[in-house]
Amino acid sequence: MSYFSDIYNGVKTLLTGMSVTGKYFLHSRKGAITQQYPDNRDTLKMFDRFRGEVVMPHDENNEHRCTGCQKCELACPNGSIEIIWDRQVDPETGKKKKMIDQHIYHLGMCTMCGLCIEACPTDAIKWAQNFENSVYDRAYLTRVLNKPGSKLMPGVED
Amino acid sequence: MNITKNIHEWLFSLMPETTASIVEMVLIAVVYLAIFAVAGLYLVLLERRVAAWFQLRLGPNRVGYQGLLQTMADALKLVSKELTGTLKADKFLYNLAPYFVIVTALMAMSLFPFTKELHAFDINIGIFFLIAISSIGVIGILLAGWSSNNKFALIGAMRSGVQTISYELSVGLSLLTMVLMTGSLQLSQIVEVQEKGGWLIVQGHIPALIAFCIYMIAGTAETNRAPFDLVEAESELGAGFHTEYSGMKFAYFFLAEFINMFIIASIATTVFFGAYLSPFGITENIPLLGVFWFLGKTLLLIFLMMWFRWTFPRLRIDQLLVLEWKYLLPLNLMNLLLMALMVLLGLTIQF
Repeated sequence: MSYFSDIYNGVKTLLTGMSVTGKYFLHSRKGAITQQYPDNRDTLKMFDRFRGEVVMPHDENNEHRCTGCQKCELACPNGSIEIIWDRQVDPETGKKKKMIDQHIYHLGMCTMCGLCIEACPTDAIKWAQNFENSVYDRAYLTRVLNKPGSKLMPGVED
Repeated sequence: MNITKNIHEWLFSLMPETTASIVEMVLIAVVYLAIFAVAGLYLVLLERRVAAWFQLRLGPNRVGYQGLLQTMADALKLVSKELTGTLKADKFLYNLAPYFVIVTALMAMSLFPFTKELHAFDINIGIFFLIAISSIGVIGILLAGWSSNNKFALIGAMRSGVQTISYELSVGLSLLTMVLMTGSLQLSQIVEVQEKGGWLIVQGHIPALIAFCIYMIAGTAETNRAPFDLVEAESELGAGFHTEYSGMKFAYFFLAEFINMFIIASIATTVFFGAYLSPFGITENIPLLGVFWFLGKTLLLIFLMMWFRWTFPRLRIDQLLVLEWKYLLPLNLMNLLLMALMVLLGLTIQF
């Protein structure tokens, strides 16, 4: 007689399902995942793995970690990154050395694949969390990532 | 109620008897039409908010306070839409179908005892009339699917026919189980029995509880709602029988679905949960509060149906028929026998 045990099991599993959704219903006030975006613009925090745009972090001495090795430029599948570099005399050692002049990033061409960030041996570039990237002129989408007058952080190359 | 009595006397003093009674009927119909529209719109909003809460979202909360005007805005938009149709549609049936669906829903609405006095049409075969009316609605769906000249609409309509005819049986039998205790089909009589001896679900204990479960399952199927929404089955049939409808005609189907849900919940409230009676008679001396109790119980049952919708996956058509013919129907017949024995031996709980 599996007939009645079938009914019993059916009712039991249905009630289990309803208790699961019921719990969600009761907690929906606190745990709602909806972001009411323009209203909470000041407090909105994107999740950690969000890919907004590529940035180059600088410390308080205006120093970055980019050595100009061009690995990111080679890794980029559609040429969004261009590095303009030259050889300059390093004031500390007095030797000629490769240094970046401008790390140019075309946000308009970037597909957010993240290969450049994986390729970077010194963690000089990383993802930013901002997403309000719309501008009125396409030229604004071409960005120079290293700030003017910045230089390489000492000890990165060692 | 006093207001209705005053209007009644005023109307009869103003004009001859036949005209007065016709005017009175029209007035009552207009009032019910207004209740119908408002209830339909707010049930749509409730459904959307409840669905959102089940899915950890917020739901529409922008138009008006907490989104209270959202469905009004949607209805206005639908009014302004073009009424389209297919080229080879059967125009007469195509235009008739929405009215079939909505008029039957409206007719069923008039039977419910909202309070002792607020009861438009107290017919002596009340339950029977309700069951009959609610199965006429399916003709509208069949007509819509047939006349649209669209294969998806036709499949949806045929499924609706199979489903409604099957589950009508369970709805009828589970209500019959309760009628065994009241000995009357008249809704006011049913409420009177409950006023004396407690709500029927308490009076009839185990068989009444089984009958209630079966009624809720069959009632959900009757309204073509998930998990029994094979008729509309968005993922397979587009929108089912109303694929080819647009604008206000679509809105009629949409509203009728929600009003049908209200009707199913109202029947359950009347038959199982004592209609307008308050629990333990706490507000017995304020008869007007009956409306509050009636709507409260109905909304709770509607919430239960929404809970079903957002929990269970859709059944396949063969699973649907197996559930009805192999499980609900035999159980229902056994339950009916059990209830008859209980009434015969006087085993019901009486206060």
